[in-house]
Amino acid sequence: MKTPLVRISNLKIDFKMEDGRYFEALKRISFDIPHHTVLALVGESGSGKSVTSTALMGLLPESNTVIDQDSCIEFNGRSVLAMSKKELRRLRGGDIAMIFQDPMSSLNPVFTIGDQIIETLQEHKSMSKKAARQKAIDLLTEVGLPNPESRIHAYPHELSGGQQQRVMIAIAIACEPKLLIADEPTTALDVTIQKQILELITKMQKKHGMSVLFVTHDLGVVAEFADEVVVMRHGEICESGVIEEVFRHPKHPYTKALLNCRPSLTYRPERLAVIDDFLQGEAYQLPANRSRGYQEGNPVILEVNNLCKYFKIKTGLFRYIDLKAVDGVSFQLQRGKTLGIVGESGSGKSTVGHTIMRLLESTSGEALFEGKDILSMSNEDFKPLKRRVQIIFQNPYASLNPRFTVGQILIEPMLLHHIGKDKQEREKLARSLLDKVGLAANAFNKYPHEFSGGQRQRIAIARCLTLQPDILICDESVSALDVSVQAQVLNLLQDLQDEFQMSYLFISHDLSVVKHISDQIMVMQQGKVVEMGDADSVYANPQHDYTQKLIASIPQNPQWFEANLAL
Amino acid sequence: MSQDNNLTLDQEKVETQVPAQSLSSLAWKRLKRDKVGMISLLIVCFYLLLCAAGWMGLAGENWRADVAVPNAPPTFATWEPRGTQVNTVTAPSGSADQVDDDNSAAAPDPLAALMAQADKHESQYESKTTKLKETLILGADGQGRDVLQKAIKGTSVSVSVALLGAFCAIVIGTILGAIAGYFGKWVDDVLMWFYSIFTSVPDMLLLLSFAAVLSRGISTLVLIFALTSWTYVFRLMRAEFMKHKERDYIKAADAIGAGQTRKMFRHILPNVSHILLVQFSILTVGMIKSEVVLSFLGFGVGIKQTSWGAMLAEVPAELIQGYWWQMLTVTVFMSVLVTAFSLLTDSLRDALDPKVS
Repeated sequence: MKTPLVRISNLKIDFKMEDGRYFEALKRISFDIPHHTVLALVGESGSGKSVTSTALMGLLPESNTVIDQDSCIEFNGRSVLAMSKKELRRLRGGDIAMIFQDPMSSLNPVFTIGDQIIETLQEHKSMSKKAARQKAIDLLTEVGLPNPESRIHAYPHELSGGQQQRVMIAIAIACEPKLLIADEPTTALDVTIQKQILELITKMQKKHGMSVLFVTHDLGVVAEFADEVVVMRHGEICESGVIEEVFRHPKHPYTKALLNCRPSLTYRPERLAVIDDFLQGEAYQLPANRSRGYQEGNPVILEVNNLCKYFKIKTGLFRYIDLKAVDGVSFQLQRGKTLGIVGESGSGKSTVGHTIMRLLESTSGEALFEGKDILSMSNEDFKPLKRRVQIIFQNPYASLNPRFTVGQILIEPMLLHHIGKDKQEREKLARSLLDKVGLAANAFNKYPHEFSGGQRQRIAIARCLTLQPDILICDESVSALDVSVQAQVLNLLQDLQDEFQMSYLFISHDLSVVKHISDQIMVMQQGKVVEMGDADSVYANPQHDYTQKLIASIPQNPQWFEANLAL
Repeated sequence: MSQDNNLTLDQEKVETQVPAQSLSSLAWKRLKRDKVGMISLLIVCFYLLLCAAGWMGLAGENWRADVAVPNAPPTFATWEPRGTQVNTVTAPSGSADQVDDDNSAAAPDPLAALMAQADKHESQYESKTTKLKETLILGADGQGRDVLQKAIKGTSVSVSVALLGAFCAIVIGTILGAIAGYFGKWVDDVLMWFYSIFTSVPDMLLLLSFAAVLSRGISTLVLIFALTSWTYVFRLMRAEFMKHKERDYIKAADAIGAGQTRKMFRHILPNVSHILLVQFSILTVGMIKSEVVLSFLGFGVGIKQTSWGAMLAEVPAELIQGYWWQMLTVTVFMSVLVTAFSLLTDSLRDALDPKVS
């Protein structure tokens, strides 16, 4: 049998923590990467997938890493762990190349992209400057950068995110590596761009006969183009094998859970499946389908007419141009229903939410809340209404004050709006809300940094609930969470809506999540609404070109993947 | 490597964890593991105690008394006893005076009555001679004052001037910086103009011109230091407030209806307090040094007080004559504190902001 390109066996890595204890990052994992194969390494945060790829590059920090004696990483039959620093340097960039999640921070901002490609070529291939320059242009042509002849003189900030990632790929394949490690290369990109980049990576893999180690948290992304998959959790491998086999007949409950907790475009269960449903070992019963949509005669709680928000961009000493972030947006929000706003970055979807919340001042337009325009009223008049419109932000790590305990976070809004008679009553309410969002009672005296992302988002939700709002604006509220946690939070939001009849303005770039939770959907592009309608009909019959393009860009799960959902 | 495990069993995990840890208690834990930092902290605390003791009159109280012969050497540096002949007068036997006395005894003394009266008066007073010490532990200065006492008194003056000055600079800088950074726009422009004017003058020139105009004394020094040093704090705080006001947690505070003052001082200030602590420590060290320079140039605490700078100002004249002990004492006192403070600053920074190191 031919030796695989990479053989990892018995890999055990511990990190020494600040307090002297050890954290077991990898618990004796073994897998191979064959030649000419795309292997997807899938796992949620903390699963050890990034540690694995970093170890393979020999890039783990020496000071606090303990690699077990029996561990073995072989690249083409040579042990990576035993290599000297010089050999490792030759390995990286030569035989192994890597592309990262954020292309902007991996490109050097003070050099042109041409210089950066040429430098790599000269370093590893000892080419002449002229030959390297020609090769750089060829590479940029190959990765599909328009006008490579002139773009070779561009600086990274002059390119869009997708183009930067293309440049990163050009640098990575410059030395014709045998293995390309792609660490979440599309996570920071819009769906339409994500699709292009994935196609490019596949094309390059085929053309250059490389192997690709594709590290990702998103099972949906890999279904389409990976050959093999390794599913990791807590430093262990749950399941591995040929992708079709794993997806068609997942054996490990965690794999089953991962496949099911992601909202699907074709089916909308009452509740999303969560990992617990599978780990408990009982056969999982798929819940009934929930029907959605606005109903005639339902009271309208918020009516937005012709909302505009322009940002002034300074172009000269006294010259400004208007950047039309939101341009004439109108919609209605029914009580107890959800309006989903989708769009790519820069479409103005978040600005809509922030303007209605008056975190940004609107340029023109009105937002009628129970008949009163909340955009034109004074701050004093708006204050009592503020408690009835609340917002949950994208990043739960940033939206909670790190110096406040959870108790203080929850009690502060009550103090500001004079809810509750005294301290005891407020505390009691705060504790009952913690219970409602599924946090333990002892969370009350803890600080935000002691919680995981999903738990923090629950705290943020509880903070909004203290004010018992009628409208909740969810600004990318589940985008920063792992899929399994995302499912839990989506379920929580749904439960709360059912219980309190709240209306949601659900803003997200993730079409399947929006489809799952929304009754009506509004598609935005460059500040304008391009399409609006009932969630199901928009997905089934997208009218506008842009909507069609968006839906087509969602990683299309092969038939066997969708079939598996009715497990 | 992310520490958070998005477990489904999160809840149980959290419950088994140790009790709540605020960021400051975590920082304290980190500081406690830093040996250099802890030793520095102990030294700084010792100086603070000394400083407090100086003000309460428990130490360094008699720094002005002439307790020893001028320039008495320190005990440890006394190789041969000096000045033993100073106070003793022995009358030579059989000298001319003796003869004169005999003669006068024979003749009647016209002043005898007066002398007797004077003797009687004198006997009503009690006279006591204090003998000046010939050596002291750390020697004496040109006026016979105890160098150790002076150094202790000097410590309490210098350290408190520096601490108070740093504190005032922090308060002024933080308030102005918070206002400029948080409100931005024209408020920021006005304050930035003000800041630019202040920083356009060289520091030492500013110090000297304030010192020349205002009267001498501790409060003047504090004022001068505060007025010249707030700019550093201002610049830092302005930048921090600009950064933090865009953070989501401030938007969230806005969304629940928190007012401006609340957002500025209840929300943002605790999040930048670690920077203030480090800055306070850096400023204190700088001010200790500035005080020395000012006093050395004659713009210091004045002659009614003493400080490290005032003591060092006496040093050149003494050194010419070979009296080195005052210089050594002050230098050791000062350099130990300055070194400890600087090391503590580094450790504090590491402890408070582990990302940097």
